[in-house]
Amino acid sequence: MDMQVPKKKLGLKERYTLMTRDLAWDTTYQPKEKVYPYADYEGIRIHDWDKWEDPFRLTMDAYWKYQAEKERKLYAIIDAYSQSNGHLGVTDARYLNAIKIFLTAVTPLEHMAHRGFAHAGRAFPGAGARVACQMQAIDEMRHAQTQIHSLSNYNKYYNGFHDFTHMYDRVWYLSVPKSFFDDAITAGPFEFMVAVGFSFEYVLTNLLFVPFVSGAAYNGDMGTMTFGFSAQSDEARHMTLGLECIKFILEQDPANLPIVQRWIDKWCWRGVRLLSIVAMMMDYMLPKRVMSWKEAWEIYFEENGGALFKDLARYGIKMPACAEQIRLEKDHLSHQVWATFYNYGGATDFHTWMPTEDEMQWLSQKYPDTFDTYYRPRFEFWREQQEKGNRFYNQTLPMLCQTCQIPMLFTEPGDPTKICYRERTYKGNKYHFCSDHCQHIFDNEPEKYVQAWLPVNQIYQGNCFPEGTDPSAPGFDPLAAVLEYYRLNIGRDNGEFEGSEDHRNFEAWRGMAKRND
Amino acid sequence: MSRVFIALQTNDDTRPIIESILADNPHAVPVESPAMIKIDAEGHLTVKRESISELIGRDFDLQELHTHLISLSGHIDESDDEFTLYWDN
Amino acid sequence: MQIDLRTVSIKPQRQTYGHIARRFGDKPASRYQEGTFDLQPTANFHYRPTWDPEREIFDTSRTRLQMKDWYAFKDPRQYYYGAWTLARARQQDTAESNFDFVETRNLGALLADDVRQQALDLLLPLRHAAWGANLNNSAICAYGYGTAITQPCMFHAMDNLAIAQYLTRIGLLLGDTGSLAAAKERWLYAADWQGLRRYVEDSFVVQDWFELFVAQNLVLDGLVYPLFYKTVVEDELSLRGGTAVAMLTQFMTEWYAETTRWVDAQIKTACAESPHNAVMVRDWITAWQSRALEALKPLAQRALGERAGSTLDDLATQFAARVAKCGVPV
Repeated sequence: MDMQVPKKKLGLKERYTLMTRDLAWDTTYQPKEKVYPYADYEGIRIHDWDKWEDPFRLTMDAYWKYQAEKERKLYAIIDAYSQSNGHLGVTDARYLNAIKIFLTAVTPLEHMAHRGFAHAGRAFPGAGARVACQMQAIDEMRHAQTQIHSLSNYNKYYNGFHDFTHMYDRVWYLSVPKSFFDDAITAGPFEFMVAVGFSFEYVLTNLLFVPFVSGAAYNGDMGTMTFGFSAQSDEARHMTLGLECIKFILEQDPANLPIVQRWIDKWCWRGVRLLSIVAMMMDYMLPKRVMSWKEAWEIYFEENGGALFKDLARYGIKMPACAEQIRLEKDHLSHQVWATFYNYGGATDFHTWMPTEDEMQWLSQKYPDTFDTYYRPRFEFWREQQEKGNRFYNQTLPMLCQTCQIPMLFTEPGDPTKICYRERTYKGNKYHFCSDHCQHIFDNEPEKYVQAWLPVNQIYQGNCFPEGTDPSAPGFDPLAAVLEYYRLNIGRDNGEFEGSEDHRNFEAWRGMAKRND
Repeated sequence: MSRVFIALQTNDDTRPIIESILADNPHAVPVESPAMIKIDAEGHLTVKRESISELIGRDFDLQELHTHLISLSGHIDESDDEFTLYWDN
Repeated sequence: MQIDLRTVSIKPQRQTYGHIARRFGDKPASRYQEGTFDLQPTANFHYRPTWDPEREIFDTSRTRLQMKDWYAFKDPRQYYYGAWTLARARQQDTAESNFDFVETRNLGALLADDVRQQALDLLLPLRHAAWGANLNNSAICAYGYGTAITQPCMFHAMDNLAIAQYLTRIGLLLGDTGSLAAAKERWLYAADWQGLRRYVEDSFVVQDWFELFVAQNLVLDGLVYPLFYKTVVEDELSLRGGTAVAMLTQFMTEWYAETTRWVDAQIKTACAESPHNAVMVRDWITAWQSRALEALKPLAQRALGERAGSTLDDLATQFAARVAKCGVPV
């Protein structure tokens, strides 16, 4: 034991290589095609997985250390927030309805992302890519659970939170997020990465997690702010993975370009349609507003996404074709979606309302070209009717887009007075679309989209009643049966906010806090 | 030149990080929002281990950034000493 | 005006989420329960996977095991992400100080050459076996059914990655990058490692995820960990002055003890469900166990010389006892 050669300290990259991809080997007892059966069928050509650049270099020891630190902080805040009745500190109880949407529409997607990344983390033949996907798989589980745990205390006191997993599989508007993720996870691993890792994580999640969560903080919701920002701290790694993945695929073979471009076009549009609900949450559901949807869109999509696509131009990637329509829609989106949910508020697990005069003024100011012209008159009419005791509820089920599954509520690009309809006949059946882009997505993969489980069609086919229901029984109320199938408590979870149980309770409880009785 | 950004939570741990980023990147522009700060910078932005270590009086590990990060944009170049965001356009 | 919200005493409308209340009653639920049960979608899927068009996205037919309720697979450790991460961060702290201890006191250099060489020869190729376990558990999470079992498998996958990384650090501490390269050569080409490598590669193509769980987490780990980390490192090398090595593998030893309880609980649940399941599990164990023991023979031989045979016999006996305790029929 005489010679003590001082060891060369390995650099971050070299060390990380030994800790990850050097662990892998090319199998010889089983052929590669059997070990990685899902690597080739999408047509993406990868010649050399060694060219994969690790997007971030966290070994498990460092991962546990930093994640544990984040978890400790997060749960300490959740506990303190619950123990001190933090929910009574939010601006007003209308805000809680945005958080209900978060739990029913976003949290289940986090779980789906968890499973999807486990699949990608198994399927890719490249070891570096697999490890990055696996790490994201556990992060996504973290997000699902920190959301469930943060919102658990709200569920104890307010309606509409109670059956988010059951509702995700059934409630009409939740088929929008569900079909989005079902679409991604049923695609091959490469398309999944472009869909979720790139289009969703890189281009779009900022819009949900950054301005909306900052808005939650502004409205006194420390619980949501904490899980939101804490989740987003993982998101920075995920975004980097998405970007790295795209670059890697494009650098491997020029033949990959048209496939990737088609996926980017598809998933940007799918993502934009999905986020229309976030537009409404930001403009209508935050009592105190940080910025409008349009402003957030300009910062995070137009500026940030613009820089990204400019950068990808060297590979031949073009800004998605839908960008022009998206630009036209940004002035209209949140108003059209809110109007629709107000209409169908009888069948949602959250409450809706008409904005106050102050809020309408804010909307006029943020949307000077559209709000007063196209939306204010309608909203004022509804408010008047409501004051007269005629709160409007639409009783007719809407036609849904076969691709994004959103009711046909969007207007023609360039003509905000006309609803946009497209249709296509495929194998003798007629299919409807909200836009050219949704129709193109269908045209590219009709065999996939004809399978869609469209809630309205399913209701009409009698598939959305509780087991044992007899629709031919006298006095059968189909809407009530559907809501029962949803496990939605009629009169408590749904309908108008004004005068709802949540509204009354919040006022009473907050009143208690201000008095000494 | 496109702009990159880094967004951080605002709390006691990030104060020196924000301070050193702004000092090391004179072209960077801070934009404050409730509970967070977004730092925009033309072309590139570098976070330096050494500068933060000096401010906090102990050795800072750049991976500690992960605890406070909210979002970022641009390509990443990461070494033991520097964390750089950049666009090539 | 300052409002003190804490002073308000209000009665909750409900104690937990509906799906949790239907399982456990409407009473305060644990974070494990709320974060786990019924989280996976079960109905009204929109499209069939292009990678498995015969099945739904989540489909009970990806294993031949049959369960009335897939959430019967409870984790006795009650790990949800936060609990798992905090537990592993604590273990990581210990591991870190052990590595520090060995490094700062230069205990690696104080090892007898033959002890150090044997540690490198026998432990470093296990990096690749652990990597295989990582791949397999990621598959179980991806294709399994019900969050109660898919969730801990993803944690298990990452644990295995960590173990492969600890082994890498051991290689760098007791040797250098050349030692890692040499060990990989042995994993790929040395005759005595081929049985194990073949087992691992064959497990990669197992389609039934519960069979994979048995082959990897019960059988292979159930024989490899006691043989290498207990018998070779803790008994054999320690006797020869290699306690430092045991310090460096403490994570693996503790991890194995902890995860065994979880693995056994899953096997027990599967077998208790029905005779159909019990027979299926038994047949899987029988098939994979004989292959594993065969694969470990040359390695035991190399590590323990003439005591190899009796050690493997003991190992098989202990394993049989463990399996019997899980309710697997003979």
